[in-house]
Amino acid sequence: MFYREAGQFKTSYTADMAIFPLREDRIGLAVIIVCAYALALTGNSFLLQAVMIPFLIFSLAAIGLNLLTGYTGLLSLGTGAFMGVGAYACYKLTTLFPGLNIVLCILASGFFAAAIGVVFGLPSLRIKGFYLAVATLAAQFFLQWCFIRVPWLVNYNVSGAIEAPLRTLFGIPIVGATATPETRYLVVLTMVIGLTWVASNLVHGRVGRAWMAVRDMDIAAELIGIRLLRTKLLAFAVSSYFCGVAGALLVFLWYGGAEYDVFNINQSFFILFMVIIGGLGSLIGSFMGAALIFIMPIVLGMVVPAVLNPFGLGVSAATIEHLRFMIVGALIIFFLIVEPHGLARLWQIGKQKLRVWPFPY
Amino acid sequence: MNGREMPVTVDVASLLAVENVSLSFGGVKALSDVSFDIRRGEIRAIIGPNGAGKTSMLNCINGFYHPTQGSITFNGERRRRMRPSAAAAGGIARTFQNVALFKGMSTLDNIMTGRSLKMHSGFFWQLLRHGPALKEETAHRRVVEDIIDFLEIQHIRRIPVGKLPYGLQKRVELGRALAMEPQLLLLDEPMAGMNLEEKEDMSRFILDVNQHFGTTIALIEHDMGVVMDLSDRVVVLEYGRKIADGTPQEVKRDERVVAAYLGLAHEGDQA
Repeated sequence: MFYREAGQFKTSYTADMAIFPLREDRIGLAVIIVCAYALALTGNSFLLQAVMIPFLIFSLAAIGLNLLTGYTGLLSLGTGAFMGVGAYACYKLTTLFPGLNIVLCILASGFFAAAIGVVFGLPSLRIKGFYLAVATLAAQFFLQWCFIRVPWLVNYNVSGAIEAPLRTLFGIPIVGATATPETRYLVVLTMVIGLTWVASNLVHGRVGRAWMAVRDMDIAAELIGIRLLRTKLLAFAVSSYFCGVAGALLVFLWYGGAEYDVFNINQSFFILFMVIIGGLGSLIGSFMGAALIFIMPIVLGMVVPAVLNPFGLGVSAATIEHLRFMIVGALIIFFLIVEPHGLARLWQIGKQKLRVWPFPY
Repeated sequence: MNGREMPVTVDVASLLAVENVSLSFGGVKALSDVSFDIRRGEIRAIIGPNGAGKTSMLNCINGFYHPTQGSITFNGERRRRMRPSAAAAGGIARTFQNVALFKGMSTLDNIMTGRSLKMHSGFFWQLLRHGPALKEETAHRRVVEDIIDFLEIQHIRRIPVGKLPYGLQKRVELGRALAMEPQLLLLDEPMAGMNLEEKEDMSRFILDVNQHFGTTIALIEHDMGVVMDLSDRVVVLEYGRKIADGTPQEVKRDERVVAAYLGLAHEGDQA
């Protein structure tokens, strides 16, 4: 491997408890972040608009769901609806207070999603697992019904859709038709990095341990003095906050507008698959899952014709689409068989293997 | 020893007094009219054949079950209903018959979770992991490291407990309970399924906890050798009733105890 932890001694608990205790990991992370920002300079607007912006937004939603399902062990199928609450709340906020900074609006809209999430999280004290999933399904359908039937949410717009109005940050348009992909990408990237940092702080501290304790053995957690209801509702609140912000970003910095149908049950499943494939209870896994589920089909859409065309197999766009579905499906099954605990575990195992290489253990 | 079967009067020395506690699930009587006390600083064993109601008794003490009748006085405070988290806040810690650790978390995190009740830094600082949150985390980490040193489990600090062998899991569970700095420590079969060496280790830890930290311990155990050596006083339950109470020597000589264990008095019954 390229690096080992040899020679890096910790002399304080604070240093030992750092989230990235290894110097090389910290450098690697810094390089990744710098590269991510540098991507905006390439000016490749397809890459930014069609790949990176949605990838980051879905990663954020996956982190949100992962906090609930992966860390606290509460299965939820209401992710799409919670994202919708964020989006509609942000729309209401920014149209009611046009002077308010749009970034603040987006961050504030998460609180509405959190409040709704807490309400629908109340049954979690009594029911678990699949039954809780069904209860959150109620949230999904009820909230989606609200998005259609409450015209106040869309400011009585006859089309029933919400549209991102022009909003600027430091005089530069970041939301609306005139905002360039580069600026929107930079805003999304910064917010996703900031919120990921917050999520990582939470899961590494007292709160995260309480969540995992509830997930692993709720009776023992209770006997240690962890209040189950409070802990579970906090998980619902924080998770819904992340999903809500992701939903607001989705509409305001990616689509530019949306109807109720964006936040349907498919969206919930989409995010859930990212979490399961990426790795339950892992933040880096949320990014990996989003990459696998969202970016891989795009890559395949480009790679498949490139591979087939030289052989004179001029395949139609529809066939490529079918092939893409088949390959993605096969890869998902492959990854789940190889490592049911997700890409994050695969990543960990790989790192450990390389760490001791060339020895087997 | 039979003289002690009187309803216990709450004296200053006793940390916990169980008075006429009965517990039934539907028609099944798990405990009927059990009274005993646990004195401050002693090791109290609760023994009895399978199904005698020992674990139900512990569950009553730490608020997991609510007695149908009778009361429990802990630290001079009498109560009939109490939530488990309230019992934990009051200073009662507990280990389980079948290990109840947080399997996905490391040894360190498991024991740190035991400090939950003592950590109070605000949610805002938790979000930032700076200032008070980090200071608190470091301070508690120091305490946890002391416990890790005490139990000699430094080498498994970072390993997820699900991967540890059974004996070590039991030890981590003891560590998690110790992290709560309890006044009363309830141990439900701490040596079940251990080999001789592991039992010796565990016995040593229990004695050390009792002597160094002054923790009062109530323990359920089937290994009579261990019970007789470790405990100051023994309560014997059978079919949910108390049949004997006293020092190990007294209990060992008690006819009803001998009968309960050898099955002489209940030839017709299913043990």
